[in-house]
Amino acid sequence: MSEVGVGHYLTLSAILFTIGAIGVLTRKNAIIVFMAIEIMLNAANLAFVTFAMSIGDLGGLVMVLFVIAVAAAEAAVGLAIIVAMYRHRETVNVEAFTAMRG
Amino acid sequence: MTGVAIAFWVLAAVAVLCSLLVITSRNPVASVLYLVVTFFCLAGLFVTLHSHFLAAIQVIVYAGAIMVLFLFVVMLLNLGTPQWFDVATTPLKAVALVLGIGFVGALAAAGVGDFEPSATGPAAGVHPDVLGSTEAIATALYSAYYLPFLVTALLLLVAMVGAVVLARRER
Repeated sequence: MSEVGVGHYLTLSAILFTIGAIGVLTRKNAIIVFMAIEIMLNAANLAFVTFAMSIGDLGGLVMVLFVIAVAAAEAAVGLAIIVAMYRHRETVNVEAFTAMRG
Repeated sequence: MTGVAIAFWVLAAVAVLCSLLVITSRNPVASVLYLVVTFFCLAGLFVTLHSHFLAAIQVIVYAGAIMVLFLFVVMLLNLGTPQWFDVATTPLKAVALVLGIGFVGALAAAGVGDFEPSATGPAAGVHPDVLGSTEAIATALYSAYYLPFLVTALLLLVAMVGAVVLARRER
């Protein structure tokens, strides 16, 4: 218990990812769904850094930079879509956005 | 118990607590602020993993830029007060809880807590402080990973143009 190992970091990463997944499934506010996705991306980042440092490979650290860049792009485009949808429907409830439902 | 171990347990507990508050809070502004705390905790965890550059990037880009964007949209759409009870209907919530607990249980059963990798990477013998330094990451980014780096720049440009086009008021 006194020494923190790779398994502890990976378990924390799994717990954070699960919290994010539960948030995506249970919330209807589109902005909070986006925040839950950010929690999941950060959990993946933690796993990347843990593995990179434990096996001694820089690729994992560089990949974290790419994940952060993709998250920034995703947040910008996603929030722009939310703003555009809010103009149409006056709400950010994901259940109100049914235009693409088959 | 060493200092690193104490830091890990404190940061991990605060990160889990705040991420739970993010998905349970009724007020979107409170969610954003709890998420900022979660990101600071993850930056601290990166420091305990000797990855100081990524900790700085985490604070500057995530907590500084992306979360300000979130807060901006919450304020812009005037969502500061909870307007409807926005937790999903009971069947979906039950599915989410079962899936979540099942996922953590499956990971525990697979023994992720006991995982011990072997140091076989290209930089296996390098000291962690050197491996996680700005110089090492910059060298890798501008040599082995220069093509993905350029593609990332293109991605950010496309995202910027896309955000402007999507959020523009149609005339």
